[in-house]
Amino acid sequence: MTRFSAWSVFRNGLKGQRDWDRQWRDPEPRHEYDIVIVGGGLHGLATAYYLAKNHGLKNIAVVEKGWLGGGNGGRNTTIVRSNYFMPGNRQFYEHSLELWEDLSHELNYNVMFSQRSHISLLHSPAAMDAAARRYNTMRLTGSDGEIWDLNTLKANVPHLNYSADARFPIIGAAVQKRAGTARHDAVAWGYARAADSLGVDILQNCEVTGTTREDGRITALETSRGTIRAKKVGFAVAGNTTRLWQMAGFSTLPIESHKLQAFVSEPLKPLLDQVVVFGVGGAHFYISQSDKGGMVFGGDIDWYKSYAQRGNLPIVQDVAECAVSILPCLGRVRLLRHWSGVMDMSMDGSPFICKTPLSNLYLNAGWNYGGFKASPASGWYFADLIANDRPHQHIEHFTLDRFDRGINIDERGAGPDPKLHG
Amino acid sequence: MIRINCPFCGERDHSEFSYGGDGSIVYPSLDAPAEEWSAAVFQRENIRGMQTESWQHVNGCRQWLLVERDTMTHEIQSVRAAHDGVGKVLEKGQ
Amino acid sequence: MTAVRVEQGGVVDRQSEVSFTWDNRHYSGFAGDTLASALLANGESIIGRSFKYHRPRGIMSAGVEESGAIVTVGVSHRRDANVKATTQELFPGLIAHGQNAWPNVRHDLGAVNNLMGRFFSAGFYYKTFMGIPPFEWGRKGTGIWMQYEKLIRRAAGMGRASRDPDPDHYEHGHLFCDVLVVGSGPAGLAAAGKCAEQGLDVLLVEQDFEFGGDYLNHGGSDSIKKRNDAVDALQKAGARMMQRTTAFGLYDYGVAGLLQRVTDHLPNADPHLPRQRFLTVRARHTILATGALERHYAFGNNDVPGIMNAHAAVCYLNRFGVLGGERVVITTNNDSAYATASNLAQAGAQVKLLDSRRQVPDSVAGLLNTRGIELETGTTVLNAHGRKHIKSVETAISGGNHWRRGMDEECDLLLVSGGWSPVVNLLSHRGVRPVWDSNNCCFVPAETAEPVTTAGSSLGIWGNSDCEASGLVAADSAIASLGGQSVSVSMPATGGWETPLEPLYEVEIKGVTKKSFIDPQHDVTADDVRLAHQEGFVSVEHLKRYTPLGMATDQGKMGNIIGLALMAEALGREIPEVGTTTFRPPYTPVSIGALAGRAFGAHFKPLRRTPMHDWNLQHGATMVDAGLWQRPWYFAREGETITEAYIRETETTRTSVGLCDVTSLGKIAIQGPDATEFINRVYSNAFAKLPVGKARYGIMLRDDGIVMDDGTTWRFSETDYFMTTTTAHAAKVMVWLEELLQMRWPELRVHVTTVSEQWAGVAVAGPKSRDVLAACLAEPATVSAEALPFMGVVESTLANGAPCRIARISFSGEMAFEVYVGSDYANSLMDLLYPRAMQIGGCLYGTEALGALRIEKGHVTGAELDGRVSIDDAGLGKMASETKSYIGSALRKRPELQRTDRPRLVGIFPKDRSETFKAGSILCSPDEVEGLGEGWITAVTHSPELGHWIGLGFVSGGHEAWQGKVLVAADPVRRGNMYVEVVSPHMVDPTGERMHG
Repeated sequence: MTRFSAWSVFRNGLKGQRDWDRQWRDPEPRHEYDIVIVGGGLHGLATAYYLAKNHGLKNIAVVEKGWLGGGNGGRNTTIVRSNYFMPGNRQFYEHSLELWEDLSHELNYNVMFSQRSHISLLHSPAAMDAAARRYNTMRLTGSDGEIWDLNTLKANVPHLNYSADARFPIIGAAVQKRAGTARHDAVAWGYARAADSLGVDILQNCEVTGTTREDGRITALETSRGTIRAKKVGFAVAGNTTRLWQMAGFSTLPIESHKLQAFVSEPLKPLLDQVVVFGVGGAHFYISQSDKGGMVFGGDIDWYKSYAQRGNLPIVQDVAECAVSILPCLGRVRLLRHWSGVMDMSMDGSPFICKTPLSNLYLNAGWNYGGFKASPASGWYFADLIANDRPHQHIEHFTLDRFDRGINIDERGAGPDPKLHG
Repeated sequence: MIRINCPFCGERDHSEFSYGGDGSIVYPSLDAPAEEWSAAVFQRENIRGMQTESWQHVNGCRQWLLVERDTMTHEIQSVRAAHDGVGKVLEKGQ
Repeated sequence: MTAVRVEQGGVVDRQSEVSFTWDNRHYSGFAGDTLASALLANGESIIGRSFKYHRPRGIMSAGVEESGAIVTVGVSHRRDANVKATTQELFPGLIAHGQNAWPNVRHDLGAVNNLMGRFFSAGFYYKTFMGIPPFEWGRKGTGIWMQYEKLIRRAAGMGRASRDPDPDHYEHGHLFCDVLVVGSGPAGLAAAGKCAEQGLDVLLVEQDFEFGGDYLNHGGSDSIKKRNDAVDALQKAGARMMQRTTAFGLYDYGVAGLLQRVTDHLPNADPHLPRQRFLTVRARHTILATGALERHYAFGNNDVPGIMNAHAAVCYLNRFGVLGGERVVITTNNDSAYATASNLAQAGAQVKLLDSRRQVPDSVAGLLNTRGIELETGTTVLNAHGRKHIKSVETAISGGNHWRRGMDEECDLLLVSGGWSPVVNLLSHRGVRPVWDSNNCCFVPAETAEPVTTAGSSLGIWGNSDCEASGLVAADSAIASLGGQSVSVSMPATGGWETPLEPLYEVEIKGVTKKSFIDPQHDVTADDVRLAHQEGFVSVEHLKRYTPLGMATDQGKMGNIIGLALMAEALGREIPEVGTTTFRPPYTPVSIGALAGRAFGAHFKPLRRTPMHDWNLQHGATMVDAGLWQRPWYFAREGETITEAYIRETETTRTSVGLCDVTSLGKIAIQGPDATEFINRVYSNAFAKLPVGKARYGIMLRDDGIVMDDGTTWRFSETDYFMTTTTAHAAKVMVWLEELLQMRWPELRVHVTTVSEQWAGVAVAGPKSRDVLAACLAEPATVSAEALPFMGVVESTLANGAPCRIARISFSGEMAFEVYVGSDYANSLMDLLYPRAMQIGGCLYGTEALGALRIEKGHVTGAELDGRVSIDDAGLGKMASETKSYIGSALRKRPELQRTDRPRLVGIFPKDRSETFKAGSILCSPDEVEGLGEGWITAVTHSPELGHWIGLGFVSGGHEAWQGKVLVAADPVRRGNMYVEVVSPHMVDPTGERMHG
C-alpha cells in the first residue's frame, strides 16, 4: 500500500497519477472467517480495523449489502463532539473524541477532523445552569468545556441573531473547543483502506439474506455472494438492525427506525467557523460550514416511523425557520440538497454494544442520530467485546437488558419514546 | 407530506397530527408483572412494511386514530378511530 | 467575443431597453432577456471562474443546468451569491458581479491553481495535509491540518453571501388541484389543455418567466402562435398558470413544493409583495413535462469560454435574438444539432458541423446544403484552443474504434451536442429509479404506482409534435386516474431521430494528456473518474463523493451521465449496470428564507402570553421565557437589581402577602362517572378517596416508572375534577390523558378537556393572603379557616360578580390560595387583589421569587424532575401508593431504580454561609474533585429567611448519607470550587405549620 503523504501526491502528480493503488481490495468471499462483521459502514469498518490492529486478529471479513460507507456514515451532518454526561456515555464518547484527534495519522488518511468548536446557544438562566451541569461533568472527567458569556460569543461568532427582538434572545453558549466536524466519507474510506491493509476482506454488494444456527450459535451467513461460515458474527447495520435481528431468529428490539433529514446549501466563502447548535422552545437545529463551503445543517427527525430514505416538507420548513432565526443572513442563501437516512432510534437515545442470546453473535446498534461521532469508539469497544467476549466497563450499560434492570442513560430525559431522542 | 384521512375531519396533512407509535401494542393490566410491562414499553417489532400505528389528530378533533401505513412507502391502507365506541357512533351517524 | 444581437427576431421586447451593470460596467439589453443573453449580446465572454482551478468560465447553456456563468446578483444586504446568469431575468438597474475570483473574473490570481492541476487530482486532500510535509510528520492531533484547512476554506466556496439579515420577506401558501402540470413546453401545454377541457382543476407551473418551453426556441411565428393559442385556451378553460414557479420537489401523496419568484425580476418591487412564495400543492395527479437537457462530452479544454450546448445557441438566437458567434463549429453525435446548424447559418454565421457518426442519411444532411454549411462526418472535436475564449478546435477523425488526429479549425463559438438527458429528477425524489434507454442513450423514468405521469422529452421523445401527442396521452392517464372518461390516444415512440444517436462520452487519443471536463463547475475531469476507478471507487456514489462529480450548484445536470459512462467504460460494463445516482430535492436551489416564510425572528414559535401579560408589564414586570410562555420574572422597584427585587418579593410574601400570575399552568377538566377511577390510575398517589371540595397534590409517572409531571387536582363533584399541570408539560399531559382514555382504557366513561386558555390564575400567598382574598370576594367568609381548610376548594364569586374557583394550596409554603377566573376577568381579578395587597404592604412576585420560596421548602420543579428522576429520588416515594396499581407502578420497581445509593433530593448550604454557589455545580468528595461526582445542584437562591444562600440538588444516598460531611460544589466552567454541606431539602418550616395554619 502506498503511504499517503505530500511526497506521494507530488510524485504521482509528476507521473500522471499512475502509481496509486486500489485503496482496498475487492476480494472473493472465502468460505469461512473467524469473524464476520455485517455492515460496511463506519462502525463495521472501524470494528474490523480495531480487531486487526488492537487484537492482532487476521481472518476477518466485513460484508456490506451495497457500497461501503453508503449508509448513515455518508449522509450525516458530520458533527463530532463528546458533550455527553451520563455515566457510561461520558467515558465512551470522550474516548471516541480522543480517537478522532489522532485518526488521520492512525489511518494515514486525512479525515479532515476540524476541531473548530461546538457551540450550543443558551437562552435562559435555567438553560445555562443545565448546560453547566453537563459541561462541569465534562471538565471533571478530563474533557474540555466552557460557558461563554454573550460578549465572548459575539466576538467569536459574529453573524448570529443577537437582536433583542429575537424570539429567544441569546445570553451565552456552552462550548466544546475540541469538538468539530470531519469529512464523513473519508472516515469510511480511511478505515476500509487501513483494515484492508491489515488483511480484512471487505466484501461489497454482499447482502446477508439469512443465518444458519446450531446449538445457540450462528454458524454461517447466507449472502448474495454465497454461504460464509463464521466463528463469530457482529452486526453493525444501523437502519437494518431489526431485519438482521429477525434473520438471527429473534423478534423484538428496543429500537424503532425513523428518518432524519439533512440539508446542504450552495457553496459560499467562509461564513461560519464553528458548529452552532440552537435548541429552545421545542426547536432543534445544528449547522456548520463544510470545507467546500456548503452550509450543512439539520434538525429533528420526521416524527413518524419510516424506512423510506425520503423526507417530507414540514421538517424542511421547521429547519429553515431555525436557520433564518439564528443566522438571519441565511435567508437569501439557497438550499442545494436535502436527503434523509434511516436511524436506529432506541428507547433511551443511547446505543447497544453487547452480547446477545446467541453465544457468538454480538450487536452494535441503536445510535439514534449520534452515530457518526461515535464511530471510532464504537469500533474500538465492539472489537474489544468480540475479541474478549466480555464488555469493557465503559460499555457495561450499553446492553439490551438495561431497560429491564432500570439503568437510565437517557441524555435528554425524554423517556421510552424513540422519536423523542436524538 | 403524508395525507391522513381522519374519519372525523376528512383528509388532512400529517403535520396536523402527531405520531404516537406502534398501535399494535397491547399494554398489560396495571397490576401485571414488570416483565410484561417491560416488553410492552421497550420492545418493538419495528415492522418494515404495513404496520398499525397510532396518530392523534392533535391540531384537529384530537381523536387518536389507528392507521395502517407502510413504513417503506408511507402509503396508508386504512384509518379508524382508536376508540371502538367512538368509531361505532361515527359509523351510525353516517 | 463576437456574439452579436441580430437585427430582428426573438421574443425580447426591442422597444424596451434595459440598462444593467456587470462587474461595474454599464450595459443594456432588452426586456425579456436573461442576464446571460444580455451579457452575450454585449460581447462578454468570461462570466465565472471554476471552483478548484479557477479556470475561466463562459455561458455554457441557456437554462437551469448552467455550470459556468455563475454570478453574484445584487449588492449589500440584497446580495445573492451563486446565481445562474442563464436563469436570471434582466431588469432595469440589475447589478451583477463575477465571483470566486480576485481581482475579477477576467483576471483571477486564483488561476495559479490551474498550474498545479496535475497534483490536485481527485481525492488529493485525503492523502496529505495531515502533518508536516513531505512525509506528514507530527503524530498528535489536528493542529497542522487545521492550519491548512483555513487556507482551503478561503479558496473554496463560490460566492460570498451577505452578512446582513435578509431584508426581504417571504410567504407560504397552500394549494390544491386535480392535476399539477410541471412545465409549459409542447407536452405540458397539450396535457394541461386537455385536462382543463375536461373540466379538471389544472395548475400549470413553469420555472421560466415565459410560458412555452421549447416553443420559444424555434424561429418563425408558427411555434409562438402555437404557444399563444395553447396559453389562451388554458386561460379560457380556467386553468391556473404560474410562471417563474419551480416545482422543486415531489413528496409523499402527490404533494409538490413550489417556489414562486415574485419580485426577483422587478427593479423597484412593491415592498408589500413577498420576494418569493413557497407553495405546498396537493395534487390528485401530477404530469411531469419537465423536458430534457442537452449534454456535452469530454474532450480537451472543453470548458473554454465560447463552448456551449448546441441547443442553447438556438435558444439565444431564436428567443433572445443573439447570435453566439460568427464562425461556428458544431460537434454532435445526433440529429438535433442539424436544425441548430441550419438556424445559425440562416442568421449569417459560418457553420461547420462535425458529426461523430460516419453515416448520416441524405435527408438529414440535405438540410444543410442550402445554407452553405460544411458537414464532416466521422469527425469530432478532440481539443479546444484558446485561453480566455475559444480560438480554434483540433478535430479527431473516427477510425472505427479509435480516434486519430484531424486538423485545426478556427472558430469563435463551439457548440456541443452529446445527446439529451430527460429531466427525471422529480420522480427520482420519489425513489423511482430511472431506466436506461439504450436506443437514445439516456435514462428515462420508470413506471410508478403513484399518480404521476411523465410526458414529452422528459420521456425521451424528441420532436415537438410528438411531445404534444405524448402530452395528450398523459392527460388521458390523468383523466382516467381521476375517474373521468378518456379516449385513448396513441403514444408516440421515444426518440424520433432519423439516424440513431451514436454514444459519445469522451474523445481521447492514447498518450495525449489534456484536461477534459465532466463537471465544469467543480473541475472534475475524465482523468479524475479514471483515477477514482483505479483506486477502487467504482460505485457511482463513491465516484461522486470522491471526485466530487455532480455536487456543484447544477447538481449534476451537466455531467452525471458522462461520469457514469466513463466509469462503465473503465469497468467494462454497461451504464445501467453501474447505476444512476439518486437526485435529491430541490430540483434547483431554493432560498432558505422562502422555506422559512414568516416564522423567524420575533415570529419564530408563537409567543404565549397570559391574559394579564399587559397588566403585569404595566405593573413593572420584567418578563422571562418559560417554554413558549413569557412570565413575570420579577417586579423591580426604582433602582432595584433582580437580586434585590426577588429577595424583597420573597421576604414580603413570607411576612405579608404576594401575588403571582400562575396562568401558564396547564388546566384540564376531567369529567364523567369514571373520573375518579381514571385519576386514581394516572397518579401514583391515592386519589380514590379524595372528598368533594378538596384538592390533592399528585405525581404522575411515565410507563417506565420515572416521574412525568406533578400538579394538583381539585374535586368539585362526584364526577367533576380540575387538574393542574406544570407549565412545561401542559400539552404533553393532555395528550397523555387522551391517549390513555382513547387507546388503553376505552371502557372508562371519562371526558377530558383542556381549559388552560379558559382560566386565568393567581397565587395569593403569605400570612395575610386570606385577608386580601376575602376582601375581594362577594362572600368573604368563603375563605375563612373553617370554610376553606388547607387543601380545600370552593367555587365562589368575586366582589365584582365574576365567578371564580379557589383552592387553598401552597407552593410557597405559606398560607396560600390559588384563584382562577375566566380569562376575560383576569385583569379585573388583579385590579381587585392588587390594591388590597399593597395596602397591607404586600407585593407582586415573579418566577425568581417563586423559585426562592419553593427552594426554601424543597418543592421540586422541572429543574429536578428532568425525566431521569424517580419518585423516590425526588424524596416523594412515601406518597406513592403501595396498595393500588397505577401507570408506572410496575416498572418503578426495577432493580436499579430501587438502589439506596441513587442520588436523592437534598438541600445544600454553603459551608461558609457568606458564600454563594451555583446551580449546575457537580457535588464531589473533597478528596476526589474529579470524575462523575456524587451528585449535582439543580437550583440555588438566596434565602431571606435563613439569611444565606441555599440550594437543592441530588446526592448519592440522600442527605442522611452525608450528614456532617463537607462536599465540594465543583463549577470549573464558571466560578470554581466551593465547600458545601448537605441538609434536608425542607429548609424552611419543615413541618408545614404555616401553610396549614
